[in-house]
Amino acid sequence: MDQFTLNLIVVGASFALYFGIAIWARAGSTAEFYAAGQGVHPVLNGMATGADWMSAASFISMAGLIAAVGYDNSTYLMGWTGGYVLLAMLLAPYLRKFGKFTVPEFIGDRFYSPTARMVAVVCLIVASVTYVIGQMTGVGVAFSRFLEVQSSTGLYIGAAVVFFYAVLGGMKGITYTQVAQYCVLITAYTIPAIFISLQLTGQFLPPIGLFSEHTASGMPLLAKLDQVVTELGFSKYTGHTDTTLNMFLFTVSLMIGTAGLPHVIVRFFTVPKVADARSSAGWALVFIALLYTVAPAVGAMARLNLIDNVYPAGTQADPVAYEARPDWMKNWEVTGLLKFEDKNGDGLIQFYNDKSANEEFNAAATAKGWTGNELTVNNDIMVLANPEIANLPGWVIALVAAGGLAAALSTAAGLLLAISSAISHDLIKGQLNPSISEKGELLAARISMAVAIVVATYLGLNPPGFAAQTVALAFGLAAASIFPALMMGIFSKRINNSGAVAGMVSGLAVTVVYIFLHKGWFFIPDTNSFTDANPLLLSIKSTSFGAVGALVNFGVAYLVSNATKEPPAHIQELVEGIRVPKGAGAATGH
Amino acid sequence: MADKSSSNAYWSANIRIISICLVIWFMCSFGFGILLRPMLSGIAIGGTDLGFWFAQQGSILVFLVLIFFYAWKMGKIDAEHGVEE
Repeated sequence: MDQFTLNLIVVGASFALYFGIAIWARAGSTAEFYAAGQGVHPVLNGMATGADWMSAASFISMAGLIAAVGYDNSTYLMGWTGGYVLLAMLLAPYLRKFGKFTVPEFIGDRFYSPTARMVAVVCLIVASVTYVIGQMTGVGVAFSRFLEVQSSTGLYIGAAVVFFYAVLGGMKGITYTQVAQYCVLITAYTIPAIFISLQLTGQFLPPIGLFSEHTASGMPLLAKLDQVVTELGFSKYTGHTDTTLNMFLFTVSLMIGTAGLPHVIVRFFTVPKVADARSSAGWALVFIALLYTVAPAVGAMARLNLIDNVYPAGTQADPVAYEARPDWMKNWEVTGLLKFEDKNGDGLIQFYNDKSANEEFNAAATAKGWTGNELTVNNDIMVLANPEIANLPGWVIALVAAGGLAAALSTAAGLLLAISSAISHDLIKGQLNPSISEKGELLAARISMAVAIVVATYLGLNPPGFAAQTVALAFGLAAASIFPALMMGIFSKRINNSGAVAGMVSGLAVTVVYIFLHKGWFFIPDTNSFTDANPLLLSIKSTSFGAVGALVNFGVAYLVSNATKEPPAHIQELVEGIRVPKGAGAATGH
Repeated sequence: MADKSSSNAYWSANIRIISICLVIWFMCSFGFGILLRPMLSGIAIGGTDLGFWFAQQGSILVFLVLIFFYAWKMGKIDAEHGVEE
């Protein structure tokens, strides 16, 4: 059986499973649509949160970004896990006690202001739509490979699948489907990693293999990797090349963005008790950590294998000839995500860093007749191509395609749900038309999902970066707008309506402007005034600016609140109330 | 709801636990993984140094322990102050 048929069978079977579950658990009421009716066990909820959380960015893109630069991109690993500590301690239990469906609802009630609720809706939509763009990029990459089409065609097909899938289900369907998707994606991620770890180091566990001996060379794996990448003019894999300031701010941004993203927070509304909200965050992180501790091993080993494929006789010898290139390169050339250009016309694939700062290396490259790097590999294909690069059996390759799609679909569905509930529940029912029927509310929710998919697909055709980088921008936006408002709402009784609104507006505004200045206005190419290589402020890249935006939010909210009247007594009592677990009822929408 | 003084005591106990946990959280990620990595560079582990291990493995394991510790400890504090569900 050829690889194409095998891919179709495995991916098809996984889809049949998800759709089956979605139909079986179809949402009947708004309570089930938004919050699964509170009947979900903490461990299952943790697993579903894991699937919801680990998107195309984590599955497809992250290890590729780590592979590309090594240590500097550890920020993704720490940032996307450390946020759960903040969630468990600073937000989840209190929001569960408060007991409503959506994040804007909490902000509206705590800051006794419909304006605050509307501002929260805007923040939520901006962050979530940016996030969905990243997912669409990932979906496009995965579909293009397994259907063997151009990446833009893959994107259209993916958008259609996401649409049917999310619109049908609602939260209840999504929760149980996500449990299944978690199982698919974690199996798909770890199996090839174990195979490759055994091949390269003889170690069964990839996180151990990463720090073990590379059997072929007898050197530690990371030392071997440092050696081959520096021989090709790249910077050292374990070295620190980014500035400490940017690394620090980027990690802060990802962490507090994690704790401020509405589709993750809403998960903790679905557990039965306040105590469960705390442990649910822990369980979610258990399931996330399974992938996140394996990812750095996948990244390092994929980089080593890639270089080994291009330089089968070692980096000092000649690279492989284009005519003799391995099959996986041919497969990925179809998608347009891997390109070869024979610059010096010798028929060999010279793959090296032609912008190296090392003059000695540059001179040696010129002496060998190298006239520029000839192989361009999109970072986003590293994980999907990994089993092919390592020559693993066909069913593993098919499984990875299914896993990548599971990751992208589950997150896209969760985000679309957060967007649609903000529009139908907070904007239409809460503001424009409070007397809308339950049926009308569900219809509005589904229409807003459709619009969000169309916008995200359009922007996904020209994404502002690799999947994980686009997603990182979404985290910056959530970090700058939603997290500070939620945290101050719980931990300070003094922050009032004007303070919260001014804080959210200024935090979001500075971050959006900073991102657009670097990535183009509304992500339209060539409308940017700065680049991330040469940013406006110090060495702060646009992906890291969320941390600064959050600081602005906290500062403005504090100053404005202290200059205006303190919140009324009943709001101060509400804050006292959410701080203790006793008396938590089921979540309601009213 | 419990009376005012006991709910204040409950809240300050909660804040104390959170502060301790967040100091550890900061040290193991931003500290050992980024800011203090140069100081840990003498401690070799599998072809690199301890800071690299913290950045790619250790921090995540510490986060896990912290959350479960917090959930367990808060369960006990809830019961002591009579505010459990």
